[in-house]
Amino acid sequence: MLKQPVRHLIDPEDLSIEELDALIKLAQKIVHSPREYADACKGKILATLFYEPSTRTRFSFESAMLRLGGNVLGFGNANVSSVAKGESIADTIRTVSAYADIAVMRHPKEGAPKLASQYSLIPVINGGDGGHQHPTQTLTDLLTIQTFKNSIRDNTIAFCGDLKFGRTVHSLIRTLARYGIQKFILISPEELTLPDSLKRMLNQTYSLQLEEVRTIEEAVEEIDILYMTRIQRERFFNEAEYAKFKNAYLLDLEKIKNAKEDMIIMHPLPRVNEISYEVDQDPRAVYFEQARLGVYIRMALILKLLGVECAC
Amino acid sequence: MLEVHSIQRGIVLDHIVAGNGLKIFNKLMLDKVDFSVFLLMNVPSQSMGKKDVIKIENKIDIDLDFLGLMDHHITLNIIEGGQIIQKRKLTIPRKVRGLISCHNPRCITNSDDYAQADFELVSAEKLEYRCGYCEEITRYIP
Ligand SMILES: [Zn+2]
Repeated sequence: MLKQPVRHLIDPEDLSIEELDALIKLAQKIVHSPREYADACKGKILATLFYEPSTRTRFSFESAMLRLGGNVLGFGNANVSSVAKGESIADTIRTVSAYADIAVMRHPKEGAPKLASQYSLIPVINGGDGGHQHPTQTLTDLLTIQTFKNSIRDNTIAFCGDLKFGRTVHSLIRTLARYGIQKFILISPEELTLPDSLKRMLNQTYSLQLEEVRTIEEAVEEIDILYMTRIQRERFFNEAEYAKFKNAYLLDLEKIKNAKEDMIIMHPLPRVNEISYEVDQDPRAVYFEQARLGVYIRMALILKLLGVECAC
Repeated sequence: MLEVHSIQRGIVLDHIVAGNGLKIFNKLMLDKVDFSVFLLMNVPSQSMGKKDVIKIENKIDIDLDFLGLMDHHITLNIIEGGQIIQKRKLTIPRKVRGLISCHNPRCITNSDDYAQADFELVSAEKLEYRCGYCEEITRYIP
């Protein structure tokens, strides 16, 4: 039998739209009948190589593997492991290839999971590399949109907050553009708008409309999906500017009083203070559901990369 | 007038932008060799006004990507029996490996010896390259 080459997920662009659709479909099947997948990865081991702590992402992957009947091993902080002693990632992953069937790597250095994938004998998943990519967040977001809106294409999506530095937002926007979303509304202060290079690339490659506004209120009526992004205090020159920004972009019920009834509000979590707690009660807030769906899409991804054929 | 134009067998790097000659001379470590090498600076040129020229009385291995990166105006002539037997116009390399280091301090290529940055040209005009690991843009400055 011909051996299939090892597949990795380093960048959302590693997956075609057809493959993304198939993953979403599989994740939805798992949501509906999780029991049928409870032993799908029996005897398989997921290695979680977290060179910087990210409890949420790590738990999400571990939960996914455990729910598939597999096992997990790994570390959550490189400082306490031998890998801190200057070992190359290339050596670490070759060793780990002997211990596990699939690996997820979180690393503060950008490009580290790609380096690992070049030396690995097992599939490597990028669990976030610095500010570079976080493809399973993108997958989670796609599944959430598909689940709540029944379609990815036919939506007007708004991104709010720091659109300049959030590169995980950039790769989500790129993926949604590949899906054929026609209209993006970009809500941010002038200092934190989407980079020109990305806007140029989007306009040249796709037929879509980018509308830039400064406040949530001026666009809220036409939004189907409101994606709130994390805002980092260190992006601001001083406290006063940060405070001004926080108030203008903090999502509360007043700001969405004119929004569509079936609009959904997303956020990658953890939130700092981008969304007021009062919004949590609104049925349009789906960010906790989004975190739950993250486990299912990771289950689907593990199945795909391991090439597990499921009778389910 | 000093006669330096004729070498019998070797390489002539012609049409070097005036001022780049010495830099290229040093990068190719031509000060360390034991055969004849000529560096001519500010030579009058019809197309360029002024140019630098390097003549090497030996056939040495030169990384053309590297040379193209330093100065893509160069014409490389191979000389045999005092005649030009091959002429090659250099270009800016589209892909570069190992010659540039990534400017992004958070890039893995700057902290793990196994990762050798490979770059793809994104702007020939500005000599901007995109890193294959972190995707950040690095501008090459000769
Ligand atoms: Zn880089």
